[in-house]
Amino acid sequence: MEAARKPEALAGFDVLSQGDPDLEYYYWMKLVRAFEERVSRLHRQNKILGGVYSGAGQEAIVAGICAPLKPDDVVFPLHRDLGVFLLRGADPGRLMAQLMGKERGFSRGKDSFLHAGDVEHGVYGSTSMLGSSLPVAVGAALKFQLKREPRIAVAFFGEGTSSRGDVHEAMNFAGVRKLPVLFVCENNRYAYSTPIEKQMAIENVADRAQAYGFRGHVCPGNDLLAVLQLSRAVVSRIRAGEGPALIECKTYRYHGHSEHDPALYRSKEELVAWESRDPIQTYEFYLQKKGYDLAAAREQIDQKVHAIVQQAVDFAEQSPYPAPEEALTDLYATPIVRNPLGGTPVTVVRREEQEGGGNVRKGD
Amino acid sequence: MEVTYVKAINQALFEEMRRDDNVFVMGEDVAELGGAFKVTDGLLEAFGPDRVIDTPIAESLIVGAGVGAALLGMRPVLEMQFADFISCAFDQIVNMAATLRYRHGGQAACPLVVRAPSGAGVHGALFHSQNPEAWFTRVPGLKVVAPATAYDAKGLLKSAIRDDDPVVYFEHKRLYRSVKEDVPDGDFLTPIGVAEVKHEGRDLSVITYGGALHYSLDAARIAEKEDGLSVEVVDLRTLLPLDRETIVASARKTGKILVVHEDRLTGGIGGEVSAVIAEQAFEYLDGPIMRLAMADTHNPFSPPLEEFVLPDATKILQAIRQLAAY
Repeated sequence: MEAARKPEALAGFDVLSQGDPDLEYYYWMKLVRAFEERVSRLHRQNKILGGVYSGAGQEAIVAGICAPLKPDDVVFPLHRDLGVFLLRGADPGRLMAQLMGKERGFSRGKDSFLHAGDVEHGVYGSTSMLGSSLPVAVGAALKFQLKREPRIAVAFFGEGTSSRGDVHEAMNFAGVRKLPVLFVCENNRYAYSTPIEKQMAIENVADRAQAYGFRGHVCPGNDLLAVLQLSRAVVSRIRAGEGPALIECKTYRYHGHSEHDPALYRSKEELVAWESRDPIQTYEFYLQKKGYDLAAAREQIDQKVHAIVQQAVDFAEQSPYPAPEEALTDLYATPIVRNPLGGTPVTVVRREEQEGGGNVRKGD
Repeated sequence: MEVTYVKAINQALFEEMRRDDNVFVMGEDVAELGGAFKVTDGLLEAFGPDRVIDTPIAESLIVGAGVGAALLGMRPVLEMQFADFISCAFDQIVNMAATLRYRHGGQAACPLVVRAPSGAGVHGALFHSQNPEAWFTRVPGLKVVAPATAYDAKGLLKSAIRDDDPVVYFEHKRLYRSVKEDVPDGDFLTPIGVAEVKHEGRDLSVITYGGALHYSLDAARIAEKEDGLSVEVVDLRTLLPLDRETIVASARKTGKILVVHEDRLTGGIGGEVSAVIAEQAFEYLDGPIMRLAMADTHNPFSPPLEEFVLPDATKILQAIRQLAAY
């Protein structure tokens, strides 16, 4: 893992200021996990309303994929990829405010969860029609190709999403034009309650890449080192102009589809088996083997992570709710010239007030 | 210079692509072939394959990729080969493009144009004749335009390309080569959101747009000549946002309103126009607000069926006479 010792291009990958990428990855996975678990808790406390989709158990994927990206690359996360926001440098306080529907959130209360992006950090929000963001990522990559910019677009999706037609249309066009786009499939085995056996007749989503004329890779998604090694190589090939690629990460979500879902359709045995392959614990084993004082590293990083999460919660809780009229803003970038949209209170128009005369029908 | 409606659209594309390197055209058969209707004819030769892009048959991808390019500063003009096929891109238009700015709290803009060749009267039958504009006129975040003249076809497309929001541009296939008129050389814009009185009148207003404008103008001229009626014809030009000011002003002026469109009656924009007039010009009305639109059926193929369900100058004239006599 010599490559892992090189400093990361992504600004922010030296948060601990120790010049040690090994500990940086540990920090980022711990931060994402702590943030996600706090979000779930806040949801139980009714402080975050609506749908919450935990990515707990899938941290190695967002960390491993985002690590080799550059600040001007663009990323299209889906609903379980809260970690992407943090790894790209989004302000944790604003992210938490976004989840709480507060004024300081990225959408200023307009949409829930991860539908708002953080454009400053090259993150664009998805819609709930999962898969619709893949053509959009492909369009971003098309722009990079047309303008000869050495940037790449990254689109995250799940194996559930892979059944959508948009995924096929996006991958086919990306293959035809050899666009600089990386498709990342987080195969967590369930589309809400539907197991993978009912979703697809083949073993790997990545096998489909061949049909689109580019390479598909399968990797153990709970193993940061495996994800990282693959993403470094694949990202550099895409950046060099070799066209798109698909990385499929086999993983498992610890929580239900959303926090409302107790996920009784899965066996306890299956959950335990995957929990025993936890990405953070797997990585801790690696650190230990490598000779780190794990207890000391964990204490230092836990402290830092919990402080960041607590500050984010404090920031979000102190942020006011948006004014009700915020609901009518940000619809258009180019203002409407003549008439505002409807929906504002109607006033009855009397002819006498308009003309100063009586209420007289024209024919009378 | 006298140009056809289709040539006016082509000129707008040429001029905007020359003016701004970020404007590009993408769709099915738009490059080599120059489009199924030759709307994009000559663009590939003039601007090369990076500015005029043929895609697979994938409408959702066409619009979705347009959104991605637009987010990063491009100004894509995306062609649906027929407006009927826009249903395959519906989610990308109404849920992706239209919500983008809103859900990003104003951090992003989505400056794209979806060109949709629409309209009946060309023996296109069920899936090459539709006027699906009303599916989009209730989607905030979108702008919807439907030019009827060569001048507005050019002026509205140029405005749509320069607009920072997603615009769905309905161009009427029947008008491509049947409408020919003087269009000034050089740069001009038709503002989005502003209707135009195409023919002044005192006794009655016909409020219409798109393919039905020309039938309405014909009917108005006959009514003037044969019945001595002074008929005003208002061309909405933009369907979202609706120019309520011009609509209400015409209603207050004439007191009798006939709304005409080629889109189906139920749920068509005529209902919204009628409601605006009922709310804001009630005391000025001298008769019921009337609507004449395509019958609530599918676009049939066989000529007698198609003629039966569509509005035309004769049917509009009949309606004008009925309303004038009220």
